[in-house]
Amino acid sequence: MSTFDWVIQLVYVAAASCFVLGLHLMNTPATARRGNQLSTGGMVAAIAATFAIIIHAGTISVTGWIVMLTGALLGGGAGLYAARTVQMTAMPQLVSVFNAVGGGAAALVAIHDYINLAGASAGVPESTTVTTLLDVIIGAVTFSGSIIAAGKLQGLISGSPITFPGSRVVNMAAAVVGIGGAIYLIVTPSVPGLLIIILAALVFGVTMVLPIGGADMPVVISLLNAFTGTAVAMAGFVIGNWALIIAGALVGASGGILTKLMADAMNRSLRNIMIGGFGTGDSAAAVEGPGGDVRPIAADDAAIQLAYAQKVIIVPGYGLAAAQAQHQLAELAKELENHGIEVSYAIHPVAGRMPGHMNVLLAEANVPYPQLREMDDVNPEFPRADVALVVGANDVTNPAARRPGTAISGMPILDVDQAKSIIVIKRSMASGYAGIDNELYVNPKTSMYFADAKKALSELTAAVKTLVG
Amino acid sequence: MTSALLTDITIFVLALLVGFEVISKVPATLHTPLMSAANSIHGIILVGAMLIAASANNALGYVLAFIAAAFAAMNVVGGYVVTGRMLKMFRRRPTPVPAGQDGQGGQLSPDGQGRQVARGGTPGASS
Repeated sequence: MSTFDWVIQLVYVAAASCFVLGLHLMNTPATARRGNQLSTGGMVAAIAATFAIIIHAGTISVTGWIVMLTGALLGGGAGLYAARTVQMTAMPQLVSVFNAVGGGAAALVAIHDYINLAGASAGVPESTTVTTLLDVIIGAVTFSGSIIAAGKLQGLISGSPITFPGSRVVNMAAAVVGIGGAIYLIVTPSVPGLLIIILAALVFGVTMVLPIGGADMPVVISLLNAFTGTAVAMAGFVIGNWALIIAGALVGASGGILTKLMADAMNRSLRNIMIGGFGTGDSAAAVEGPGGDVRPIAADDAAIQLAYAQKVIIVPGYGLAAAQAQHQLAELAKELENHGIEVSYAIHPVAGRMPGHMNVLLAEANVPYPQLREMDDVNPEFPRADVALVVGANDVTNPAARRPGTAISGMPILDVDQAKSIIVIKRSMASGYAGIDNELYVNPKTSMYFADAKKALSELTAAVKTLVG
Repeated sequence: MTSALLTDITIFVLALLVGFEVISKVPATLHTPLMSAANSIHGIILVGAMLIAASANNALGYVLAFIAAAFAAMNVVGGYVVTGRMLKMFRRRPTPVPAGQDGQGGQLSPDGQGRQVARGGTPGASS
């Protein structure tokens, strides 16, 4: 190894260390920004080292430079524009798109490498073929799957589970062709064979994500994130670059952990989610009618309850984000706080369309993060809360989850029913994703405020202002 | 099996374990920025895209390198910028003047509208 190689390898090690430390600093909101900056620094160093390698080798053609730089500028510009303009409610789509391009780029790197090796007289070493195929297959599945996921999140494709006759068969066939083709290719390298595998992987990605319903998106995005990481790590094996292997493994670990956390938060196995949403499976839950009457409430009465409370816990759900009412909610909370009322937000792990989504939405609405409380942390506080204000959350507040025999049995929920009184802001009595009635709504302590979240919260804020102002 | 592959596998497994250890300590509050940060980290594939652009010597190679470079650059730049943008929103205390914070397009208008609706709603709700 020459001195030059040594320096380059050390820079890559430093870059990988920056990624690890950057992720480590994300364990508190106070240090997270520094973590991101450190990680960015690592990335810049890795890219600079790669430039040095290319210049030092001196074999790159002028066309190669033009292709690389224009591609990077175009892609970088698009990324910058998307990152600057994206609404926080659309973050899951953006993350999906970044998963898609990351996985796609990883697959392309392996495809290029394979074509080069297959053309060479030495042939393709078996160990390279295995990692190349893993990279291509995982990358292509991630690419098509993430695009479908982004389309579903953006509403371009129906968010509800989509199945067509034979979709399961197509999915299985794609898997069989992909795996069978891969085994064949390990024995007999061929470029057309690789193309068939790519195609099968793309089809598999599409048919994997299509049947998954909207509320399961946090799991799907996490899983695709883990896939992308693994694809990038495999690309590292293919081109023999440790920085890629380490970075890919870190992302794979992150995606894996989040996938498990999200699936646990819904008390559903990954298999169950991949097979299809609630209602499409065999969740033969005995749907029982409401066991009592619901009590509607007007803005003024709800405002009185809130204004004379000492402790209010707000339970936001995806409905809040869908109604774009985060700012109105934050305003109401601020108004209550100004009058000495203790306000906190109870956030279920799957509130939103990706892990932690609700926290970002509320942070954007200027809610200070110490008020954002995790489920296990805030649940013991519900009995002390005078009012629990539920906005756009449904299944995660349903006490039916504590009993066996329902579609959501065993799902960890927020103990909203333990609060002294409960106000639920909801447009109608429509059931949530799980398609079952929420027993919370017929609880004698619960009042239902039927309105659009945005309008309801504005009215509540105004009413609280006149009451105590 | 080559010793290089064995080294690669060792690094992969150890990095995976480090990842599990570090990431399981990230609080749920930061899971979205975490995923976005992880996203930017897998943008390291840009290194791979650059290296294939350097070794490409035919039209197909250039096309693959071009797409890979564009994809990876989008991933890196977009990932880091959006993560930074999100993390900037996490504050310990509310800022005194919330309006006019980070002048990113699209955020101010819903915010401003919300305020108007809230004020406009006052007479209607109290009457």
